[in-house]
Amino acid sequence: MCSLCGVLGGAEHWADAAARDGVYTRNSDPTRRRRERAERVRIANRALAHFGMRLADWQGASYLLSTLTGKSEVVEDFGHLWPAAEKLGGRLCDPLAPDLLAYLEAADG
Amino acid sequence: MGEAFADLTPVTLLTGFLGSGKTTLLRRLLADPALSDTAVIINEFGEIGIDHHLVEKLDDQMVLLSSGCLCCTVRGELAATLRDLHSRRARGLAPLFRRVAIESTGLADPFPVLSTLSADPVLRHHFMAAGVATTVDAVNGLAQLGAHIESVRQAAAADVIVLTKTDLAAPAAVSRLSGKLRAINPAAPLLHGVEEPLDPNAILSPRHGGFRATAEPAAAHSDVQAFSIVVDEPIAWAAFGVWLTMLLNRHGRNILRVKGILALQGEERPVAVHGVQHLVHAPTHLDRWPDGDRRSRLVFIVEKLDPELIRRSFAAFNRLSRTAAAQSLSFGVTYV
Repeated sequence: MCSLCGVLGGAEHWADAAARDGVYTRNSDPTRRRRERAERVRIANRALAHFGMRLADWQGASYLLSTLTGKSEVVEDFGHLWPAAEKLGGRLCDPLAPDLLAYLEAADG
Repeated sequence: MGEAFADLTPVTLLTGFLGSGKTTLLRRLLADPALSDTAVIINEFGEIGIDHHLVEKLDDQMVLLSSGCLCCTVRGELAATLRDLHSRRARGLAPLFRRVAIESTGLADPFPVLSTLSADPVLRHHFMAAGVATTVDAVNGLAQLGAHIESVRQAAAADVIVLTKTDLAAPAAVSRLSGKLRAINPAAPLLHGVEEPLDPNAILSPRHGGFRATAEPAAAHSDVQAFSIVVDEPIAWAAFGVWLTMLLNRHGRNILRVKGILALQGEERPVAVHGVQHLVHAPTHLDRWPDGDRRSRLVFIVEKLDPELIRRSFAAFNRLSRTAAAQSLSFGVTYV
């Protein structure tokens, strides 16, 4: 169910689309799907660390977003991740913000 | 159920400013026997419902939406209408249509119509967005682009732009307008509706027409810019997904269009990505590259955003993928 609008079957994110004709996805087999989810979580965590938050995969079904102080929220997909992160952290998660970019570039070093 | 129909029926949105010739174009297209299997959904605007009278020959293939404006009120109705069409077709109660054309009202922002297609859990398994065709009036288009941001958004969202009434406008004015449209949306082919014979497929299935990332420098709307990001090495899908999702969450309103053909790590064939504002359509695998250039190319049309920051941000996220350490990044032409 889409946690934002309450629509059953409403949650599908383009980066993680259900396998069907004509649609590109890496959801075609369970191993590949889990590997792709793990990589997406790892990359999101690099950015979320700047905001004092962390994301974990929850049973391959949804994600658990937590702050350093222990606040947490379950998010269905990546479409809901960033609005939830902004609400939980109380800051805008802007990928164009110079301080975030400097942080990512420095960490990448 | 009668004859088989494709799993995903393509849906084309025909948009354009008030009086820009949408209905005329639709009538011309529907006169082509090849399009006899098109179901048309129009939006009656105003009290007279003039559009209805002009396309009344469509009989039971036409579904009239009674509310005034697609932007605010019709999403639910549009979803219900499409579901009903699908249901009746499957039960043999409606003609076997193989594509759908939606004519929007002149002031409609294309986003809500497109989002209806992908947000509805039933519709997204039966219909797919085939693209946006935008009509621009050669006589009044330049003034409309300058005065109305809706008009710029419609041009930016287009997969193909059809210039109408070019026989009524001075050649110099048509040329100025063409330059401006190319600056706003360098990725969309620009067709001259009056002089050229119209290829229905080029208009109703514009996303199959290949990918253009070239443009001529020109002055667009003062706040709107088009630019491209070109990446030499295959990019990581996971990093791209995280980045674009984060970008659209914060800046989706100002990203009028994102269109890309991507070379992904671990994939032989290119993948096409289309987005309008907050919405990204389900990505599709293309059969082949449109030309000899095998680099990933992304075209953005943005309003009040700095292209350099978007490029820097893309590069920073792309480098987060495990295999990206040795990748080099080059940027394509920028305009405006």
